[in-house]
Amino acid sequence: MSHSHPSRKTEVAITIALWCLLALPMARAALEAQMITHMAVQIPLLALAGARLARGLRPFEPRWLERADWRGLCGLTLVLFTMAYWMLPRSLDSALADPRVELLKFVSVPLLLGMPLGSSWRRLPALARFFTIANFISMLGTMGGLYLTAPTRLCVFYVLDQQLLAGKTLIAAAVGLTLFFFLAAFFGLMRPAAVRRESTEMAEAG
Amino acid sequence: MLREFLLLLGGIVAAGVASLDQATEGFKVVTSEQARRLAVERAPRTVPGVALVDQHGAPFSLSDYRGEPVLIEFIYTSCPTLCTVLGDDFRRIEDAVQPRHDREKLALLSISFDIDRDGPPQLELYGERFGAKAPGWRVAVPSRAGLTTLLRAFGVVVLRDGFGGFIHNDALYVVDRAGRLVRIMDPESSPRLIEEALRSAS
Repeated sequence: MSHSHPSRKTEVAITIALWCLLALPMARAALEAQMITHMAVQIPLLALAGARLARGLRPFEPRWLERADWRGLCGLTLVLFTMAYWMLPRSLDSALADPRVELLKFVSVPLLLGMPLGSSWRRLPALARFFTIANFISMLGTMGGLYLTAPTRLCVFYVLDQQLLAGKTLIAAAVGLTLFFFLAAFFGLMRPAAVRRESTEMAEAG
Repeated sequence: MLREFLLLLGGIVAAGVASLDQATEGFKVVTSEQARRLAVERAPRTVPGVALVDQHGAPFSLSDYRGEPVLIEFIYTSCPTLCTVLGDDFRRIEDAVQPRHDREKLALLSISFDIDRDGPPQLELYGERFGAKAPGWRVAVPSRAGLTTLLRAFGVVVLRDGFGGFIHNDALYVVDRAGRLVRIMDPESSPRLIEEALRSAS
């Protein structure tokens, strides 16, 4: 455990570096020019920054949170609400039109989505993790289908072609993730982090 | 432990529902286009008196329409698809609504946002294509400064399509006799629906 402190510092440093990188005007312009990179690259990377921050700050996590966030349910609820908010096409439009909403995105996605996910995930029972993953995959597929069949543009800042590309990419991601977890579950070829961490934690506890 | 859990969960759910409620205007809209239409219906806004030039080169102001309702659309004359449909829609609306309306009381206005390419000659050609006759149906273009004000006031977002054309959120705009934008409607709306909107605007 003695080597864990520098690595935690590294986690925090990586988080801050990633966040600053994403906040660069050039990176913002590049990722927000396309609907798919805005929703499937920039936002997930912001969430990833938050998740790593949660890991880096774990020693400082208040004791009461461990008890109040029973089985990670509170954290998961917060994650779902934040995700729902940023899945609204209106939110993406507003982030492009209003710098205050853009700032809200850069603050809320790491702190209210990535961080609670990183902090609560290990508290979730194994079945709840798989339930969450399975639901997330089917949500991606449903969203992709909606984007492909929507008769009108959902965002005023993105043309229809980008919406169709986003739809196709989301469906491809859903298929890819399904395949990944299928292989992991039935053949143990690529053991997902969820399972790996579960077993190491069990080993540590035992 | 249970008390802390319930307090935290309750707080998260309350804050989450409140922010979704705010973002969807009370669970009514998910897109900014829907939000724009709802906002106008809830709180009509006075349109700015922007200076325009019509298809005959005659200058006029948007505030000249005070006293009569006006139906507005945004176009660009070199548009190969959407604006052609919009032009046809306007033609259809004029044919359907005009005869039953007092002739002096319905004004149509097509505004081009392509200020670089659309001048009176292009506007005139567009007008002839769809049978637009000023002053009942003007095809007009604002100045560069006026355009920004106009697009912002109506909530129109224009994107370049990369092929020399534009993509924009197409709609019909009803401005009432007091000069307030009161309704934003689908271009495909039936003439009956548009007539109703115009009647309530006059």
